[in-house]
This record gives sequence, structure tokens and C-alpha cells, in this order.
Amino acid sequence: MAVSTLATASQPARQHRRRRGLAATIALIPLAVVVVVVYLGCMLWTVRLSFSSSKLLPVLDWVGVQQYDRLFANERFTVSAINIGIFGVLFIGGCLVLGFLLAVFIDQRIRAEGVFRTLFLFPHAMSFVVTGLAWQWFLNPTLGLQKLVRDAGFPSFTFDWLVNQEMVIYTLVIAGVWQAAGLVMAILLAGLRGVDEDLWKAARIDGIPPWRVYLSIVLPLIGPMIVTATVLLAVQVVKLYDLVVAMTRGGPGIASEVPAKFVMDHFFERNNIGLATAAATMMLVTVVAALAPWIYARYIRAAGRQP
Amino acid sequence: MRAYRLACLATTLVVAVPTMALAEMRAEVLHWWTSGGESAAVGVFAKQFEQAGGTWVDSAIAGGQAARTAGINRIVGGNPPTAMQFNTGKQFDELVANGLLASLEEAATAQNWREVLPPALVTATTRDDKFYAVPVNIHGINWLWYNKKLFDEAGIQEPATWPEVVAAGQKLAEAGLVGLAQGGQPWQERTLFNAVLVGHGGTELFYRIYREGDQEAVESDGFRATADLFRELQRLTDEGSPGRNWNDATAMVLTGKAGMQVMGDWAKGEFAAAGQKPGEDFGCTIIGEGGYLMGGDMFVFPAAGQEEATPAQVALAEVMFAPETQVAFNQIKGSVPSRLDVDVSGMDACAQKGAAALKDPARQVPTTEMLISPDLSGALDDVITQFWNNPSMTTDEFVQRFVGAMQAAG
Repeated sequence: MAVSTLATASQPARQHRRRRGLAATIALIPLAVVVVVVYLGCMLWTVRLSFSSSKLLPVLDWVGVQQYDRLFANERFTVSAINIGIFGVLFIGGCLVLGFLLAVFIDQRIRAEGVFRTLFLFPHAMSFVVTGLAWQWFLNPTLGLQKLVRDAGFPSFTFDWLVNQEMVIYTLVIAGVWQAAGLVMAILLAGLRGVDEDLWKAARIDGIPPWRVYLSIVLPLIGPMIVTATVLLAVQVVKLYDLVVAMTRGGPGIASEVPAKFVMDHFFERNNIGLATAAATMMLVTVVAALAPWIYARYIRAAGRQP
Repeated sequence: MRAYRLACLATTLVVAVPTMALAEMRAEVLHWWTSGGESAAVGVFAKQFEQAGGTWVDSAIAGGQAARTAGINRIVGGNPPTAMQFNTGKQFDELVANGLLASLEEAATAQNWREVLPPALVTATTRDDKFYAVPVNIHGINWLWYNKKLFDEAGIQEPATWPEVVAAGQKLAEAGLVGLAQGGQPWQERTLFNAVLVGHGGTELFYRIYREGDQEAVESDGFRATADLFRELQRLTDEGSPGRNWNDATAMVLTGKAGMQVMGDWAKGEFAAAGQKPGEDFGCTIIGEGGYLMGGDMFVFPAAGQEEATPAQVALAEVMFAPETQVAFNQIKGSVPSRLDVDVSGMDACAQKGAAALKDPARQVPTTEMLISPDLSGALDDVITQFWNNPSMTTDEFVQRFVGAMQAAG
């Protein structure tokens, strides 16, 4: 399509467009340099350091995979990796389901819609640190919910997930979903509002129940919105750090440690750049491995199919 | 003696002033003392330095970790502050090895630092027999704080050994109280563990593990007994402990919810802020025959490619080390002076107890920060916190993991 417009365009217009293209290219050079030097450069530098024996200051010797050996023998890193997996699946899934339900709820043209929208989106305006602290108080067995219910006359009530090594990761999911579901709602609501009214009318005439319309017609229509929401949530999963620090500091024991906190602790507190960069490299490899099939399907295969 | 030393200092100043006046006496000091009491304490340094004719530029960054990172980045980037805070210990090893710090040897020799400091602090602040840092205080890490009223009501005497602490805690628990208020963060669990290790396992075992890196010492009976006692202490805590901050735990003791807490002498500030008095409302003691675990703060003087400190740096170091500065500073900070030759009679009962303990060289035990690398310290934190929080982990497993961490971090 682009080729055909170019071919039919008049001479001055083509020149004009070429000049504008040149200006745009020049304007983009600084950005390109920043991307290559800062992003790509730092990435390669990190990978390089993970093969050195750097402690407090970066040094450029070569110790092979020694840091990786230590990393994989480290129970805390294994626990971190499992935790981020559990958190990722439940957090993204929970946010999508809850966010979709909230969006559908608001889409019913309810009264005081603005109030509810604000209410649901409000948690997202707060940082993870505030969210974490609030939930920490709420879930602390001697301060929050458990004490409240016990004081109300149910002495055997127990809700100690925050201090329970088996359950603590799920309390992080609860707090995370509470915080981020509103964002998903906002994105999906925009999608729902974009669905053509005629579709609903047609479905109503055919006597299709609304849940069926949502599931089979609306959901596929707002697919791109869901992808956007998922990508945003996935970014939050990878960089999960502040919520953990505010809520549990990785405890009890090491039960709620996550990879980003492992990296930060070893970088700044434990003067072990080598091990920290090895863990950071593992995070990078995981993200790339997860993204690769998608990038391939979306860009490489799609580009290959074009004539 | 003191007058003589002051005279010496005065002479040094008189001799030094003409040369120093030529160079600009401007000192940018990077530190992490940002809370109310802390910034009041650092104000003592600023005031004294300005009286000596300098200009103090305060560069405070909240949080030790953030401040150290910022400082190290500036040093490596070639724009270092005049002086920078570290915890007394090994945190600055690599800076010295890479020639990024100035030596204070001249000032130290002139002021006799070697004679007035505890030997452990000399070791912690010198490299290759040269001073690279000025230690400004000593924090006692292993104090046991207890609520006097609760102890009197339950008829408990001040405990002297760790088994007695456990017994006291059990008695308090029978009375429906929390025996031991514990902040559930790895550094606090490490503090408690090391307090038990030095008080019950003994100073010699402490040194064998942390100074000599002796892995067989970890398999000894003394270490196992320490681990078992540590487990007993864990049973005295409440279920709200994980994640709790140290000052919240102190608040439990001073409001009478809990009987005891093991914490550094900065906890004294919380009691004082609540209007409580040492010896009357709360008691302080160091458990066991062993050592007084010494932590603390010090300042290093970055100077890229230059061996000796600049005049401003020397003047700042001398001001920080002067006896009257150290007394005034430590009275506010809650710690005791790093030099043992100053008059502490004006300080509170617990500080005097601490200073008295420090008179005995056998009790001057450096904290792990001075003996092992941050890397190893962190790896051991992971092991200690797992043992503390996982009641099903056996002592054998703990010993095995402790040795594993020592091998991995090397």
C-alpha cells in the first residue's frame, strides 16, 4: 500500500517527504545512540561482569562460570526463582480476571460510575511501598485482621499467612492484585466501550445470554487490550522488589525472596557485584526466552510473509 | 595527662594553622545520620570543625546502604566527598587496595591513636599498618534490655547467663507475656545469634569461626549448644515477630508487652524518648562472661591517586578524634567514645557500664562486620534466618548450611 502511494505522488511532494525523512532520521540519532550505548551497552557490561570475580568494585578478570556455580548452589536464588514463577502466574491471572469482571460491572451503565471507577483505580495511584506497608499492618497477626476478629469474640480465628513460610508468597499476590487490578479495569473498560452497540443489539435479537456474548464475542474483540494489560503486568512481575521489601523483606526466613531483591542485596549490601550480575543475567535470559517466541511470531514471521 | 594532650593539640593547631589557612578548609562530609538524634549528633562535628576554622558542607543521604553506594560511585567517578562514613570494619577494604583513600598516618601518630584506641579498632581502621579511617564511636551490639517492673512482678533476677535468659523468658510467658521481643529481620536475628555465640559459646569459639574461618569450630559442641539455645529463644517470641522493626520490638519492652530484647545500645534512645530511666524503669546487661561486641562508625578520606590526606581532611580527622568532640557526640548518639582515655562520668548508667566493660581488653570483641566480608556476612544471614524461621530445621542441618555458606563465600 505504501509503495503504491509513493509511485503516484507528484515530484515536489516526494522531495518534501524525503527531506522530512532525513530530518526525522537526524532527530532520532541521539535516541538511537542512547539505546545502543546505554541499554545495550549496560546489558553487555552486566553479562561481562558476571564472568568476573568483582566484589565491591568492578574488575575485568575472567573466572568462567564460577559465579553461576555459586548462584545455582544458592538455595535463596532457587527459592527466589520459584517465588517469581508463582507470583507471576497468579498475579497476572488474578489481575486479568478481576480487572475484566470490574470492567464488565462498570460497563453495565451503573449509577455513580465515576465514583466506582475512581475507587477501583485508586490503589494504582499508590506506590507498591505504601501498598505493602498497609497490607503488612492489615495482615500482621498481632496488629491486623486476626487480632480484630479474635477481639470480636472468635479466639480461635487464625489468619497468619504473612508469617507463614508456606503461604507468605500468596499474601504478596493478594496485595499485588489489589493494587494492579484497577489498571487492568481501566484498560479493558476502554476496550468494552469500543465494542459496537450493533453487536449487542444483534446478539439480543438472537437471544444470546450476555455472559456468552462477553465470552465469545467481546473477549476476542478486546484481545489487543488484554495483550497490552498483560505486558504491563509482566513488567511489574519482573521488577518486583518494593512490594516485597515493604511487606516482608523477603521473610520469614527466605520464604518470600525474589530475584530482583537478590540482585539488589548482593549489589549494594553484600559487595558482591559478580554474583549480583550473574543473577541479573539469569533474569535477562529468562525474559528474553519468554519474549523470543512472541517477537518471532509478531515481527520476524510477519515480516517474512510480506511480499 | 589530659591537659598535656590538649596542649599538644593546641600546639599542633598553632603550628598547622598558617599552612592550613592557605589551603581552603572546606569539607564535604557524606553520612547517613538523618534521624533527629543522629543529625543532632553529627551537628557536634560540624560545630567543632567550624570552630577550628573550617567550612562544613553537610551531605546526608538516608540509609547506610544508599549513602555508601552514592559515596563509592562518586569516588570511582572521580568526584569524591572530603570525608565519608562507613561502619567500622571491612566495608572499605577494596577502596584502600585500589589506592582511592588517603592515609591519616601522620595525624594518627601525632595524636597517639594507637595507644588510646582498643586494639580491635586499630586493626579495623588500619591497612598495612597505616590508618585509613577515624573511628568516632563504639556501639555495643549485644545488650539485653529488660523491663524492670515486669521482672519485679514475676520475681525474676537480672539474668547472667543465656540459659537464665531462657528461664526468665519462660516465666514471663507463663504470666501471659511475650518473653522475648524480637524484630524479625535477618540483621536482628544475626545480632541475637552472635550475642548467644559470644556469651554462651565463648569468645574463643567466636574468634575461631569469624576471625580464622575455622569450619571445624562450627561442628563443635559449643556451636551446637549455641544453636540449641537460639532455638529455645525463638520459642519465646510472638507470632507477630517476622518483619518487625527493631524499634517496634523495643516499644513492646517499654510498654510492658514483652519482658526482654537483645539489641544494640541505640535502643536506649527509644527508652529515653519515652521518658524512662536506666536502672529504674529498664535494665541493661551483657549476658555471659564473654565479650562486649563492638560495632561503630568511622570516616574515611577519599583522595584519588594521592597518598596523604589534605590539610582539610587532617583537620577534620583531628577534630573528630578530639576527646571533647567524642564525649559530646556520643552523649547524643547513645554510643561510647572510641578512645578509652576520656572521662565518661557524665554519661548515663548503661554507657558507663559499657565503658567499664571496655576497660578489660579481654572483653573488647569486634563485631562480625570487622572480621568477615559483607559477602560472607550476608551469606551467613541467609542461613541464620532460615534456621530461626523454620522450626523443623535441625541443628545438624544448620551446622551443615553454615559451613556451606563459609565455603561458598570464601
